[in-house]
Amino acid sequence: MEIWFSEMHTPNVKISIRIDQQLFSGESELQRLDVYESPEFGRFITSDGSIIFSQKDEFIYNEMVVHVPMAVHPNVKTVLVIGGGDGGVARELEHYDSVTRIDVVEPDELFVNVCKQYFPDMACGLDDPRVNVYYQDGLRFLRSVQNEYDLIINDATDPFGFTEGLFTREFYGNCYKALKDDGIMVYQHGSPFYDEDELASRAMHRKTVKVFPVSRVYQAHIPTCPSGYWIFGFASKKYHPLNDLNAARWEKRKIKTWYYTPHLHKGAFMLPAYVEEMLIEEEQESNPLGKK
Amino acid sequence: MDKERQRSAPIYEALERFRKKRVVPFDVPGHKRGRGNPELVGLLGDRCMGIDVNSMKPLDNLCHPVSVIREAEELAADAFGAKASFLMVGGTTSSVQAMVLSACRQGDKIILPRNVHKSVINALVLCGAVPVYVNPEMDVRLGISLGMKVSQVEKAILENPDAVAVLVNNPTYYGICSDLKSIVRIAHEHGLYVLADEAHGTHFYFGEGLPVSAMAAGCDMAAVSMHKSGGSLTQSSFLLVNNDVNTDYVRQIINLTQTTSASYLLLASLDISRRNLALRGKEMFSRVCELAEYARGEINSIGGYYAYGKDMINGESVYDFDVTKLTVFTRDLGLAGIEVYDILRDEYDIQIELGDICNILAYLSIGDRKQDIERLVGALADIERTYKKDKTGMLAAEYISPKVTVPPQKAFYAEKISLPVRETEGKICCEFVMCYPPGIPILAPGEIITKEIIEYILYAKEKGCSMQGTEDLLVERLNVMDL
Repeated sequence: MEIWFSEMHTPNVKISIRIDQQLFSGESELQRLDVYESPEFGRFITSDGSIIFSQKDEFIYNEMVVHVPMAVHPNVKTVLVIGGGDGGVARELEHYDSVTRIDVVEPDELFVNVCKQYFPDMACGLDDPRVNVYYQDGLRFLRSVQNEYDLIINDATDPFGFTEGLFTREFYGNCYKALKDDGIMVYQHGSPFYDEDELASRAMHRKTVKVFPVSRVYQAHIPTCPSGYWIFGFASKKYHPLNDLNAARWEKRKIKTWYYTPHLHKGAFMLPAYVEEMLIEEEQESNPLGKK
Repeated sequence: MDKERQRSAPIYEALERFRKKRVVPFDVPGHKRGRGNPELVGLLGDRCMGIDVNSMKPLDNLCHPVSVIREAEELAADAFGAKASFLMVGGTTSSVQAMVLSACRQGDKIILPRNVHKSVINALVLCGAVPVYVNPEMDVRLGISLGMKVSQVEKAILENPDAVAVLVNNPTYYGICSDLKSIVRIAHEHGLYVLADEAHGTHFYFGEGLPVSAMAAGCDMAAVSMHKSGGSLTQSSFLLVNNDVNTDYVRQIINLTQTTSASYLLLASLDISRRNLALRGKEMFSRVCELAEYARGEINSIGGYYAYGKDMINGESVYDFDVTKLTVFTRDLGLAGIEVYDILRDEYDIQIELGDICNILAYLSIGDRKQDIERLVGALADIERTYKKDKTGMLAAEYISPKVTVPPQKAFYAEKISLPVRETEGKICCEFVMCYPPGIPILAPGEIITKEIIEYILYAKEKGCSMQGTEDLLVERLNVMDL
């Protein structure tokens, strides 16, 4: 017997994963969630039919959104994680003693409960006393916050689903306001490969360069993402992701990772020509006179 | 309303039966279920193209309904609490015009507020009726026209004993309602018909805690934009008829200008939407009200904006307020409404209904979601942070009392000359000038052009309002009467 889970990456391309069994299916006000057990990727969870993460590749994502900014910013104390109800990002942040508060804003309580039950190795990240979970819309939470955080991580991955509002100018603008004067925002930049995804990715860059003085993009290989290729945004009020990288300081912390290294950090910002060109085009578009 | 009966949707059901019969078409439309136009099928899909069919016996005929369309009209009348209803396919413009043309003949006087939609004055151009304007009060700070006071309507009726009808906006674009029941009582006492433009009031018939609907207030006719808050396809609308209005005469009036090839997509959408609202409207609109009140509270807590609501009610010129209209005063931020409207679209990918000189209006309806409200509020907060500027020198819209010297029809068809806008002071205008939206004329045919009006037109153009109505598409010249 063969049971396959399929996700359309474009109308003409799909990824199929063989599954052993379905462990959970349920619906909240915001999304339908399903959990599957598979021979190749272990357990994975989907939102409205799109994979959110799998046990096999979640480390790539979670390490890349946390260690990259943490190796740049010299003293992160307060962190806001938008989305992040799975606990994976919080888990990585907990390696850092300087961090005193991790606010996780997750709109969907069902998502947290499902992760606690089926992905305890990630959800344990939410148990740390420094973590506060707010069941709220990210945009709403941000509206009342000003000059509060050293680091904001946007953990929402789907620019087309119910988290659409977290890929907008209003979101980036409200993040800017919520960050301290030397704050950093790391966000999902999508996958730039397929046409429709590329358009969304372009739009994100166009919006952030208008809001933040430093706006760079870095990459990782994530097998369950469309085309297996994912990029992240690094937007910051002060620090540059490469010029201000302090590899020695990060290595001294002796954090065990499986993907991230300070060496890879540098490489991650070296983008393929087509991505670099795409970003430059958008920067010129939003600033046609080339003003600094 | 008979809820059991409301479960049926006769036009939709007839279309389903027809589709299953796989009838071979040797009639119009020529695309023949889309086969002749594959690109259009690609855009609209098989199902749309398959029911884009012509009138025929099993599907009835809108111009002379005897079967399923007639049933659908009866069901709609029942749902809206009217004596009869007409399905309309030429937009609510066609409903408004049919209503005015049914009530007025050439030379008849009609009492109305000046802040009517252009379709009303268009109807006066068509039939030659003469407007008697009741000047609505202005809210000077917000720069919007309010409703008609009952005392003003009564005064107009007494001063014009030969008037035949009163027309009322229920509500205005901005959500403001007049005391409709009292207006109906006084008008009926003097033998006048009361017509309601309910382009923005479909939900009054189904929601709870909303202003009174025209039929419930006893109006004689009402034009109801089902495609606005009611959820049907764009361009579809209802005309409701009540009391002793001659329904068959109204149908004759409608047929003067109505297409003989009414779209079944529009008709079916009216049928299904009527069913939906009859069965589920109460819950759906209570959610819309909840979302609107939530948004209003959040926007007011940003600072700088004023999202107004029931606090506007004053018992007279604002007798009631439609809370689903999310109208926000922006001028205190140093931004004209139209500027915020443009920023929202260009920078935040948010399209709202209208921006005028001082306000924006976000249209909330049965399709809205909480997360989209968060986006709107988030964007307004971000605009407040990044675009706010000094507000000195900003024009407040003021009510410019129209001076009607010639009936609209006479002015429209008069001998005319074209002059640059700046040189038209003191002349009689032969055409419309309006910002669209909202489509409320700044000038209508037959009105004297004043210095204030010229300034207003130039200011609105400069701020980026989309100006329409003139023969000159650039609105740089106006046609005036050649006297």
